[in-house]
Amino acid sequence: MSDNNEPLVRVDNLSVHFPVRNGIFGRTKRTLCAVNDLSLTLNKGECLSIVGESGCGKSTLALSILGLQEPTAGEILFEGRSITGIAQPSRLERAGMAQMVFQDPYASLNPRQTIYTSLAAPLKLHGIKDRKEINRRIETMMQLVGLKPEQAKRFPHEFSGGQRQRIGIARALILNPKVVVLDEPVSALDVSIRAQIINLLLELKERLDLSYIMISHDLSVVEHMSDRVAVMYFGQIVETGSWDRVFTDPQHPYTRRLIGAILDPVTELAGQSPVDTRETPEPPAGYDYYPREFGKHDVYSLPPASQLVALREDHSVRLIARA
Amino acid sequence: MTDNLLEVRDLRLDIVSGKVSHNVVDNVSFSIGRGEAYGLVGESGCGKSITALSIIGLLRKPLAVTGGALMFNGRDLRELSKRELRRLRGEKIAMIFQEPMTALNPLSPVGRQIAEMFVLHKGATWKEAEKLAIEALGNVQVPAPEERVKAYPHQMSGGMRQRVMIAIALACNPDLLIADEPTTALDVTVQAEILKLVKELCTARGTSVLMISHDLGVIANMCNRVGIMYAGRLVEERPVADLFLHPAHPYTDGLLKSLPQLGSRRLEGRKRLREIEGTVPSIASFPLGCRFQPRCHRATSVCSAEIPSASALSHDGFVKCFNHER
Repeated sequence: MSDNNEPLVRVDNLSVHFPVRNGIFGRTKRTLCAVNDLSLTLNKGECLSIVGESGCGKSTLALSILGLQEPTAGEILFEGRSITGIAQPSRLERAGMAQMVFQDPYASLNPRQTIYTSLAAPLKLHGIKDRKEINRRIETMMQLVGLKPEQAKRFPHEFSGGQRQRIGIARALILNPKVVVLDEPVSALDVSIRAQIINLLLELKERLDLSYIMISHDLSVVEHMSDRVAVMYFGQIVETGSWDRVFTDPQHPYTRRLIGAILDPVTELAGQSPVDTRETPEPPAGYDYYPREFGKHDVYSLPPASQLVALREDHSVRLIARA
Repeated sequence: MTDNLLEVRDLRLDIVSGKVSHNVVDNVSFSIGRGEAYGLVGESGCGKSITALSIIGLLRKPLAVTGGALMFNGRDLRELSKRELRRLRGEKIAMIFQEPMTALNPLSPVGRQIAEMFVLHKGATWKEAEKLAIEALGNVQVPAPEERVKAYPHQMSGGMRQRVMIAIALACNPDLLIADEPTTALDVTVQAEILKLVKELCTARGTSVLMISHDLGVIANMCNRVGIMYAGRLVEERPVADLFLHPAHPYTDGLLKSLPQLGSRRLEGRKRLREIEGTVPSIASFPLGCRFQPRCHRATSVCSAEIPSASALSHDGFVKCFNHER
């Protein structure tokens, strides 16, 4: 174990660029900049939410943390140990560090395998050969996610959407990972089922001492679940901080735009917006918020140099020096 | 009756395959006035989309309308011939769908797809229609419409494609616009823009809207009256403010309380969300009596024996429940 000050996951200046071939016979080569010089930390026991619109690079970031996407530049440290570059641990070892819960549990479970087979496979891969031990762990896991152990004999299609997501969570937790990446964990579920899964995730976080990285565009869920929030735009973090700072006092125009666009039935009927989107707080002297304009960036070129500046403890925004 | 544009009376839809038949929509009645925006809310599989498809006459086998009437402008849509229905579709009733990419023709420029509406329904020549298409595209706030008419759907973003869908739907000034989850596939900021656009255009033209969604925020933003569907039945219908402030049906109440409400954590700290126990019943095994009864914390013996009828609520609206909030 590392000392207490070391965050569980540290992403240092991560960039992920993809070569894209275009034109006749793929002769023109361009680079798509998905993640640009991004740094963040995840502390132990924390739920960090990454919000942003589609195409902002949040899934690429998650895949890099899971070790499924090779970064172009930068480093990811897990408990102080680099998991990228030459020193990277084996695929199996990384699987024990971080796991993922997917948006659509039906698409992520093998339809021809029973739940038992799906849950036993990672255990066997990780060297647990004793049948009794496997049974015991699957049984506890099924109970932990609120299913009956005997249901493990069934196939994915025999479960409802909410139950399938419970299985998806069980599959992610069976190897006792420290970090769980939640990719839109409730958005594919029926509205009346969402509360069950949200409560379950929060409960498991306490009981198993887990840390979450949640990717979501549902800001009401983000506000409910997170300890810290990072707002992403075009491969960069534009605002980050504790959940209450970001939600009660958003500074960056992009964050204000996102929060202002939430349609919450109660605020909607009262005719008030969660934040005033027209007026943005003044940026610190000599600086401008970056970016100021949205939807106009070119994904094939690097963004201009800007910096994430701390306004106060645990609340930073992206600024650019005024010309 | 005459001031209602659309009146759905005791609509019943079944899945009929061979000798087996399952009921999917049971005894659904609602009406939409001229210029009114009506919201139909429910979870996936509750029958809200197929109710809409039955209105526009797009139900396909094995689904079939097996009872009730669909009165549109005083005529029963069920009695129209296929030809009459085709004339009506697009001209009087138009529909926009959730995923614009699958609803648009990928091989045809968007301008042509809009122009088609004017040629088919208004008898315009292609040349005139093209000019009208540019105008229509400008109306839905697509920048540089003269150039964008030549674009193919894949060259546009999701939000722009949905704007094209809206331009096609509103091309002939329909009396009724059916919007089936029009913003579910879009980002939040784009969703806000699209909803605003639909609202402005429909208010300006006096178009009635039937909005279908599972997102209560969208409904609160768009609609005057709301109907809540559960497992094929309309369980509650209210003016939008009453519904959200004083839900009467236990299902509506549970649904509203099960969602994290923006800002409540700040005021009251993080509370455990109230869950609705159990899962939505499948079509093949709807429970007897009230279909929500197995999940309902207020259920009594009468709930599993009889189907609750509509009881009127103060103001306007009804609820179908024996033990509803009074």
